[in-house]
Amino acid sequence: MMRSRPPLVEVENLSKRFGTVVALSGVSMRVFPGEVHCLLGDNGAGKSTLIKILSGVHRPSAGRILLDGQEVVFHSPRDALDRGIATVYQDLAMIPLMSIARNFFMGREHVVTRGRGLLARLDMRRANAIAREELARIGIDVRDPAQAVGTLSGGERQCVAIARAVYFGARVLILDEPTSALGVKQASVVLRYIAQARARNLGVIFITHNVHHAWAVGNVFTVLNRGRTLGTFGKDEITREQLLTMMAGGRELEELSAELEEFARADAARAIDVAAEEKEVAATLRREVAFGSGFSDDGRRP
Amino acid sequence: MASSTIAERDERLRPSGVVRRLFGRPELGAVAGYLLVLLFFAVVARGTGMFSAAGILSFLEVSAQLGIVAVGAALLMIGGEFDLSVGSMIGFAGIVVALPAVEWGWPLWLCILLAFTVALLVGWVNGMIVSRTGLPSFVVTLGGLFVLRGLTLGITRALTGRTQIPGLRAQLEGDWLAPLFAGEVGTGIMQWLGEMGWIATRPDGLPLASGIPVSILWWLLLTALATWVLLRTRIGNWIFACGGDPAAARNLGVPVAKVKTGLFMFTAVCATIFALVQTLSVGSADVLRGQLKEFEAIIAAVIGGCLLTGGYGSAIGATFGALIFGTVQMGIFYTGVNTDWFKVFLGVMLLVAVLFNNYVRRKATEGR
Ligand SMILES: Nc1ncnc2c1ncn2[C@@H]1O[C@H](COP(=O)(O)OP(=O)(O)O)[C@@H](O)[C@H]1O
Ligand SMILES: [Mg+2]
Repeated sequence: MMRSRPPLVEVENLSKRFGTVVALSGVSMRVFPGEVHCLLGDNGAGKSTLIKILSGVHRPSAGRILLDGQEVVFHSPRDALDRGIATVYQDLAMIPLMSIARNFFMGREHVVTRGRGLLARLDMRRANAIAREELARIGIDVRDPAQAVGTLSGGERQCVAIARAVYFGARVLILDEPTSALGVKQASVVLRYIAQARARNLGVIFITHNVHHAWAVGNVFTVLNRGRTLGTFGKDEITREQLLTMMAGGRELEELSAELEEFARADAARAIDVAAEEKEVAATLRREVAFGSGFSDDGRRP
Repeated sequence: MASSTIAERDERLRPSGVVRRLFGRPELGAVAGYLLVLLFFAVVARGTGMFSAAGILSFLEVSAQLGIVAVGAALLMIGGEFDLSVGSMIGFAGIVVALPAVEWGWPLWLCILLAFTVALLVGWVNGMIVSRTGLPSFVVTLGGLFVLRGLTLGITRALTGRTQIPGLRAQLEGDWLAPLFAGEVGTGIMQWLGEMGWIATRPDGLPLASGIPVSILWWLLLTALATWVLLRTRIGNWIFACGGDPAAARNLGVPVAKVKTGLFMFTAVCATIFALVQTLSVGSADVLRGQLKEFEAIIAAVIGGCLLTGGYGSAIGATFGALIFGTVQMGIFYTGVNTDWFKVFLGVMLLVAVLFNNYVRRKATEGR
């Protein structure tokens, strides 16, 4: 399968200490184009730390990062961005008081800049038009791209952030718990968008502690526990229940089995909610594949 | 396609008409407030000469002097920081210009160059301390307030034995740079208006208001420049982002520390322009100049719609804030009301503005 291709990005034996706290120790992981690589683990497992290293926010204490097989060192988020690694942070990389369009082009203003030198100025009309168009593409109808991002719902904000990353030509898209604060409906919008990104052959790293969300769009799963990896698994090598067991890590077995039983009950008896969520996404995914990905491939991207 | 149905299903957005857009502007409150102020004095100060050419120019000049500093304070506040050392910077810049000119006979252009260099340095130091230590700028620049004032006093007394440096007048005569800060423009127009009998003249036929003080031009220029930068340039985008959410801005590749340091340097430069206007117009420097200006500038910016928490506001707002300030101050003078009441008015105005701004911010970011 696609894993036979060379990885887009690879981390080797990554460790990170914050003073005395060991947030990561010896984590290795590879992300391939066209895959959604789910990073799972309980709170404090080190997921955010790992991706913050990948996106240039933190420097690793040990270990290295390879991009297209070449070792790279990121000194700042800008470095990672310029190399095509775009991250949508858990604590939302959006400025609520600023307009959607201004947020969309934040840090990338040169794309909508006219003129040179002292006369260089933002073409807000164009910025607004592009932002609106890109959001319409993913089904968010923004009538006024000049309105504050703060007026958008959480799901919409996540979508704006992802749309921005994709628009600016990200090759690796990192999403830190994009669905954790969202309701079912909004989460499925985001999940569908993740699937679209995969269809465009991006490498997606999707952090979540919701196994259902991971299962719906992921094809590879890496489980972290207390800063160490418990392994990487293809979707055909593991079950949802096994994933959950692993994520739970040190928890009591009884407690776990109770939870697993509840799974079975939910799946069998009610066959809704958990499964419904997955199904809705699966169904949309099928439609996406049938209708094309919703992204145009006309080379319009800068 | 499936995606469009989701948009409808969620009934995405409320209508956002022109009215809503207008109400979204930060300076709205200050503009409305200023109209009220004008209306009030148009009635109360009727026949006092406040709205004669000379009267108008005098309250515009008072507003301009504050406005020059307020525009800097507004930009910095939008960028998420305060500068309480602005007032002391005014005093400091004054002696940096006057001392070498009067005591050592330096040419004026060199003194002015020195003053701006020193200002840039002070702003840079403020910015570096704030961004390196992560301490609140409120505290860092409060330190600056005392250090700069102390330096001003110490240096002046050590070198001259006084706290004032008079005698700049002689230097200014015939200097080509001085009119840039101290002169008047449009004297021809004012004279013509006087000859036409449209504005009041003195017995010798010259108009009472002989020209437009250049400080007013500086003020308008700085406001226009700041507005352009804020709304139409990349730096402006970054300034809003730095104040709105510095962590998010950094993650998106915005050089937050550089932007903030640049803003501190700009405020110090604004303070220096003010100091030059004052020092060169009066012809002397005084170690106590600029006291309380830091607070007045912040008040003008807040009245103008800048959020104390950063990330929102406008230079035009700060300019209207300064206008309210200057107009009320002179209005009270013209109407003969005890000036003590000016302070009461200011305090109340500030509170009203903060409440109003908070309300606007809630409206602007109301989640659903
Ligand atoms: N900047 C930091 N300073 C100190 N400790 C940190 C920092 N960031 C994360 N940690 C610690 O590292 C561990 C892993 O955190 P994190 O990567 O955020 O976990 P996760 O995202 O999986 O919930 C936690 O114990 C956390 O307290
Ligand atoms: Mg996390």
